[in-house]
Amino acid sequence: MEEIHFDAQVDITDKVCPLTFVKAKVSLEELEEGEVLAIRMNDGEPVQNVPRSIKEEGHRILKLVDNEDGTYTLYVRKVEEE
Amino acid sequence: MALTDEQMERYSRHIILKEIGAKGQKKLLNAKVLIIGAGGLGSPAAMYLAAAGVGTIGIADADEVDLSNLQRQIIHTTGDVGKAKVISAKETMEKMNPDVVVKTYHTFVNASNIRQLVREYDFIIDGTDNFPAKFLINDACVLEKKPFSHAGIIRFQGQLMTYVPGEGPCYRCIFRDPPPKDAVPTCSQAGVIGAMGGVIGSLQAMEAVKYIIGKGELLTGYLLTYDALTMEFRKIKLPRDTHKCEVCGDHPTITEPVDYEPDGCGG
Repeated sequence: MEEIHFDAQVDITDKVCPLTFVKAKVSLEELEEGEVLAIRMNDGEPVQNVPRSIKEEGHRILKLVDNEDGTYTLYVRKVEEE
Repeated sequence: MALTDEQMERYSRHIILKEIGAKGQKKLLNAKVLIIGAGGLGSPAAMYLAAAGVGTIGIADADEVDLSNLQRQIIHTTGDVGKAKVISAKETMEKMNPDVVVKTYHTFVNASNIRQLVREYDFIIDGTDNFPAKFLINDACVLEKKPFSHAGIIRFQGQLMTYVPGEGPCYRCIFRDPPPKDAVPTCSQAGVIGAMGGVIGSLQAMEAVKYIIGKGELLTGYLLTYDALTMEFRKIKLPRDTHKCEVCGDHPTITEPVDYEPDGCGG
């Protein structure tokens, strides 16, 4: 499987909604335009909601990888607005 | 400066907003807002700004908490009666949010202290209840090039407008001079419904937050009025011609704040 390069990573498995998205968003804001963030999250509610919320903010979802341990890693490319 | 885990949680409902995010929240944490008057308007304004994490809040008021204040001045409690309002307000804000530094000014603002006071802040909230203070605050903010929110409440009515330097009329452009003494009843003579301070003071906090985060439209060039009995809000467009204004016009005759004779209302 093709490896995805990422510039920073964040683990949001210690949070519940809506702090999952908040923690991911804060990490994304610290990146430069075009950089990639790897976000590790739990299966279930986070996987359903976090990618959608990030997409709504205008960022680009690159890939969602099943870690096969009850967690997923979402790769997001930062898109700066305005 | 990175947000701590605790701040991320405390301000999560702000950070989620597209218009705020971590960036906007940091702007709030770095902002300085001065609230003049810890009364009906100043109470909710101070509390919402403290809760929002405005990093430095100045509060100016010369009065002590009176039992008759508590019907509307919700930052003070029964146990605070007799205490300086600025101290009581500071205690409430610090209890609400330890991120906030509160500076107190236990004094009446006047022509000799106001410019120096507003100079240290990014945005000023006029929460006073008398015309001399309102003109004083306007003139000082115009002269110091500071944005501010004007508001007034009486009976079941309230109004507010926002001044931003270079972006439309100031309070004096619209109202010229204080009315003659005793021509207009003050709220201590006329009464005021408690929740009116909540409505209008919260709108003032909203204007301060929007100014700080740099999003949305402010009430510059408009006067917003609210009548609680008819439940009507009116947004009145104000004349944009500021050339002839005595303080912000092309040839100002007022170059220093003026102390008008008090109109008989306790600050």
